[in-house]
Amino acid sequence: MNSKKRGLSDKTSDIILVVICTIVMLIVAYPLYYVLVASFSNPYDVYAGKTFLLPSQFTLQGYTAVFADPNILSGYVNSIKYTVVGTIFSVVMLYITAYPLAQKDLPGRKFFSIFFLITMYFGGGLIPTFLVVKDTGLIDSMWALFLPGGVAVSNMIIVRNYFQNSIPRELIEASEIDGCSKLRTFVKIVIPLSKPILAVMVVFSMVAYWNDWFTALIYLTAEKAPLPLVLRNVLIRSSASASQAATISGGYAELQKLTEMIKFSSIIVAAAPMLIVYPFVQKYFEKGFMAGAVKG
Amino acid sequence: MDNWQLYLLLLIPVIITVIYKYIPMYGIQIAFRDFKATRGYAGSEFVGLEWFERFFSAPTFGRMMKNTVLLSLYSLLWSFPIPIVLSLCINQLRFHRYKRVVQTVLYAPHFISTMVICGMIRIFLSPSGGLINLLLGSQVDFLTQSNAFRTIYIASGIWQDAGWGCIIYLATLSNIDTTLYEAAKVDGASVFQRIMNVDVPALLPMAILMFIMSAGSLMNVGFEKVWLLQTDLNKATSDVIAVYVYQQGIENAKYSYSTAVGLFNTAINLILLFIVNKISSKASDVDFI
Repeated sequence: MNSKKRGLSDKTSDIILVVICTIVMLIVAYPLYYVLVASFSNPYDVYAGKTFLLPSQFTLQGYTAVFADPNILSGYVNSIKYTVVGTIFSVVMLYITAYPLAQKDLPGRKFFSIFFLITMYFGGGLIPTFLVVKDTGLIDSMWALFLPGGVAVSNMIIVRNYFQNSIPRELIEASEIDGCSKLRTFVKIVIPLSKPILAVMVVFSMVAYWNDWFTALIYLTAEKAPLPLVLRNVLIRSSASASQAATISGGYAELQKLTEMIKFSSIIVAAAPMLIVYPFVQKYFEKGFMAGAVKG
Repeated sequence: MDNWQLYLLLLIPVIITVIYKYIPMYGIQIAFRDFKATRGYAGSEFVGLEWFERFFSAPTFGRMMKNTVLLSLYSLLWSFPIPIVLSLCINQLRFHRYKRVVQTVLYAPHFISTMVICGMIRIFLSPSGGLINLLLGSQVDFLTQSNAFRTIYIASGIWQDAGWGCIIYLATLSNIDTTLYEAAKVDGASVFQRIMNVDVPALLPMAILMFIMSAGSLMNVGFEKVWLLQTDLNKATSDVIAVYVYQQGIENAKYSYSTAVGLFNTAINLILLFIVNKISSKASDVDFI
């Protein structure tokens, strides 16, 4: 047998694959690690290149400054509110759309499927949508963040296919024989049995709302801005004022130092919640995509 | 029959979709009209292709077209193959705990907001002590250099989404019948040969599908990242149609003009999608639309 083997042995190949994957992993993880270390360091040491591996002059000043900033704090509160309400809204929409469309014998099923599918490929675009949001009185209301998104069609298809393929037919039939209505079967059988896909959809929605700022930029006033939009002033605009600050010394230098520290710590504060959440449902990602890939 | 309950469930999604998806489609007609809010969509004066002509003769039209197409074309060519190669490697990892860790780490950047990503890019590229300049021992302000913009955009895009792009391929690979691997092993195939002869053929249809989908959105350069990384000095390469649509529509309130530009963009996208789909359905049995 061994004499037939050409190329590298399995053991050598394993080592090569592990090395490749480890290098890729380091490339992906290092920028995040670098910012994390920098957030606990003196910013001047960061810019002097003293914090490649470990913090220098360990400090929590950046974090205390972030949580003392009223704008960032209100952004945080707004983001939590939008994420919670938006996720509940989106997931309910997904479920109440996917369940009827998963019933193969529902008259008009094809019409409704196409009705939703079209919106995946074609839309009104920025301004026509903006005008409708304005006409329906949603400007400066948090519902402007949720309603124009409508049903997330690609996710809805994944959920629909999951209902069709991964929930045992016999259980649904048994419940219908017992005299349960379609709605009751949905609540008592289908929803409890769809927990894996529910978890994935909750995380997808959470991430989308937590990270969204463009919709808020268009529709909401500054007091209602979510965290990423508030951070625009810190992360994107500060570089413009940095050059002016260099010419002023003393108290301004201290302020400048704090501005830099806030940059690092606000990145961590904004990114951490989602980075903590997703590993819990990671094992369902592939399954969810697979259920969605199978045609129903 | 209790189908009425099912229709009742559908009622709210249908109403919301009609209002926020279908009425805006009806509103696209303002691209051919001089829209005045007081007169409504159909009541505003019909101007034909005036807005399109104005766009085509705008001084930056050529630049925006070129930048939009090149940015997404280069983006597609660079970022498309990487998840495929990565997932082929990850799929062959035999230590399952390690495999999980690799996946967790590679997915991480996908869960971070573009705002935060662009903040990180700006920090790393800072001319005074940014990570990249520290490593290169230089003091270059990359974001003011128009010839660096595409590289920054594409490299950061790969960093953020190449790992996440693996999921669909890993799901496909996990569907492969394990007896194929065993047969290949019996035949004395090395790991590399197993990848080339079992994994690659299994991935091909999905890869073609993904390619069609990306090619169809070639003109869909994401607004967010370009807008956040744009500076006055890199506009020669960072000026794209999506940003123009936003500036004209939202900042300058030129509703009809902005809608016309957006519609032009969408039209090209749809044409591209049909062309690529035609080509690929001839080349294989994958038919997307």
